[in-house]
Amino acid sequence: MATQTQAQFAQSLKKYYSIYAGGFIAFVILLAIAEQMGLTPKYIGYAFLFATIGLYAIIGIMSRTADVAEYYVAGRRVPAFFNGMATGADWMSAASFIGMAGGLYIQGYDGLAFIMGWTGGYVLVALFLAPYLRKFGQFTIPDFLGARYGGHTARSIGVFAAVLCSFTYVVAQIYGVGIITSRFTGIPFNIGVFVGLGGILVCSMLGGMRAVTWTQVAQYVILIIAYLLPVVWLSVQITHFPIPQLSYGYALEKVTEREKEITNNPKEIEVRNILKAKATDAEAKLKDPTAAYAADKATLEKKLADLKAANVAPDQIAATEKALAAFPKDVDAAKAQWTKEKGLAARAVPPRPHAEAFVGKDDAARNTSRLNFLALVFCLMVGTAALPHILMRYYTTPSVKEARQSVGWSLFFIFLLYFTAPSLAVLVKFDVYSHLVGSSFADLPRWVASWAAVDPTLVSIKDLNGDGIVQLAEIVLGQDIIVLATPEIAGLPYVVSGLVAAGGLAAALSTADGLLLTIANALSHDVYYKMIDPHASTKRRLTIAKMLLLLVAAIAATVAAQKPADILFLVSAAFSFAAASFFPALVLGIFWKRASSWGAVLGMAAGLGITFYYMATTQPWLRGLFGVTGSIADNTWFGISPISAGIFGVPLGFAVIIIVSLLTPAPDKKTQELIEHVRYPQLRGDIDTRAT
Amino acid sequence: MQLTERHKEYWRRNMRMTAILLAIWFVVTYVVGFYARELNELVIFGFPFGFYMGAQGSLIIYVIMIFFYAIRMNKLDKEYDVAEGEG
Repeated sequence: MATQTQAQFAQSLKKYYSIYAGGFIAFVILLAIAEQMGLTPKYIGYAFLFATIGLYAIIGIMSRTADVAEYYVAGRRVPAFFNGMATGADWMSAASFIGMAGGLYIQGYDGLAFIMGWTGGYVLVALFLAPYLRKFGQFTIPDFLGARYGGHTARSIGVFAAVLCSFTYVVAQIYGVGIITSRFTGIPFNIGVFVGLGGILVCSMLGGMRAVTWTQVAQYVILIIAYLLPVVWLSVQITHFPIPQLSYGYALEKVTEREKEITNNPKEIEVRNILKAKATDAEAKLKDPTAAYAADKATLEKKLADLKAANVAPDQIAATEKALAAFPKDVDAAKAQWTKEKGLAARAVPPRPHAEAFVGKDDAARNTSRLNFLALVFCLMVGTAALPHILMRYYTTPSVKEARQSVGWSLFFIFLLYFTAPSLAVLVKFDVYSHLVGSSFADLPRWVASWAAVDPTLVSIKDLNGDGIVQLAEIVLGQDIIVLATPEIAGLPYVVSGLVAAGGLAAALSTADGLLLTIANALSHDVYYKMIDPHASTKRRLTIAKMLLLLVAAIAATVAAQKPADILFLVSAAFSFAAASFFPALVLGIFWKRASSWGAVLGMAAGLGITFYYMATTQPWLRGLFGVTGSIADNTWFGISPISAGIFGVPLGFAVIIIVSLLTPAPDKKTQELIEHVRYPQLRGDIDTRAT
Repeated sequence: MQLTERHKEYWRRNMRMTAILLAIWFVVTYVVGFYARELNELVIFGFPFGFYMGAQGSLIIYVIMIFFYAIRMNKLDKEYDVAEGEG
């Protein structure tokens, strides 16, 4: 009877979401018609912003709940297919949606570490975690650590690591929301942050996991339509085939040809030399900035005086006056400018061959590059398989069987976007290399001018050698522009740009929802209910959970509004932290009966500790924060970048757990039974660990 | 409770399948990744093979592997009578 209801439930879900997807497409078509009739981009931006956030709010209000199991795990009746979609939205963040294709555009093969890392991790989730955690069937990941390793110590480390990983991540999502809303509607960044926050809170506050789940499914539908539509269109235009993932080989061949032409083109070399000269000049000035500053200023002033004395045309004088006015106010300002100019050296190089793996000047450099690539893939994969907000989603399926299938659906839905991103990067590169490069400055494509006006870090283009023709070395593209400008490059109407913005917003909001819930649940369930007041009433538990959610959200938004500097580094660091802290303890907890409480506690601490130590001694921003002296090179092991510090943390975590466990007594009979319990989907006469 | 021989056999078969899939995962990710430069010499339909494996090929294999594991394990549950009740 119950299966019948579950099947009917899945059936009606399919019906509702089909109607919803149809309705959304109709909404986009209506807006497209309105655009033809003269609706301006600004209002299209508003329409998408308020319609989608309003929609999420309605789903959130409809899913409000006062039941603990509904609040924490959506009542454990989310069918595999829909949990897959929700996980997809939960997983794909603003960075995946807006930034990833751009990263691939800039880094070529080396950027694929993110593509492989953020998908291959699901193999680990499927093989080692999801089915077993589902059988365990409680509410949070620290719950498992608490039950398996007994006592509050393991649980507390779990809570600490969960909050550490999720908080930096959620700040980045809220930051992304602010950026997207301000770009597309002109709302100031700080207000955009709080508009987004409102969107996040209406979902998660009222209905917890239940509301977040059903909103995430809706968000997935929007984000995948928004991502695929412009790419497929662009692919049809460039390769005459609507499946870009199969047909972009043609564009890649052309890009490779153009790379060679651009490398040897005399005009390109000229621009690269101009950039190099500027960089060298700035470097020289930086050696003695005070003298250089005085000399430069004197030269300009003398020139102005000479011109005035010579009585030349007023426009020449005005130009020099302008140059003098733009001259840095003091030595510090000049230093900042010169440091920036010194950085131009990075642009003074020929284009990087897109498909070439592990670029380096010699074999040693290439080997280090390869080692870092593989290490990063490892950290991202293991981190994916250890991030609590993802693992938590597998508590929500109705059975172990569906949990297994659900990992497959999750990766399938993630895969749709991830295996499209590399083709998008190449198609845009094809367009830039063959149309933008070599075109005339008088006749730039519209997307260049319009995005440069919105945000100069997205596109900036300057005729450095004054020949009126665009050279590749004269173009600076920000990472985000690739996805943002695709609709315009493909010649689609503005409504599609609005759709892309709505997709990016959906990606950021859905991930933020999942993360906020993870943090608030770790605090309300693990800290408050399990450790402080185990007798709290249901009503009280939910009130505390919701209050904490509000508090965490407010803190995250406040941090995001400060525009913290190394936010991207922190997000990537979260993967290394999650990998080093959770993965060894979770996996050994399931697969090795001998793993003891002390082993797990010390293993998690050691893994987290060494990861943190390595980052603190090799990452410039953290070094500054902790006052680390001594050169970076001395602290670097095997040339590994700080972002991949988990490569040391994970093996150490495993080793410490194994060694300490062997030195301490084996876990008691109750724990042994728990392990047997999670290993079998059903055992007759077994214990029951399900939480209520 | 006491596990029977059949229960232990179920777990052994699960472990074997997990090990095989993990080995495939390792080869697809790290061995192919390690030799990406060499594999790039091979060009199919305009795609350098090492690049295509990183961008699309490995992802397709991951998806297939997970569904394969789910289907096989769900069958194994039934065979060894440890599947969840239909309730």
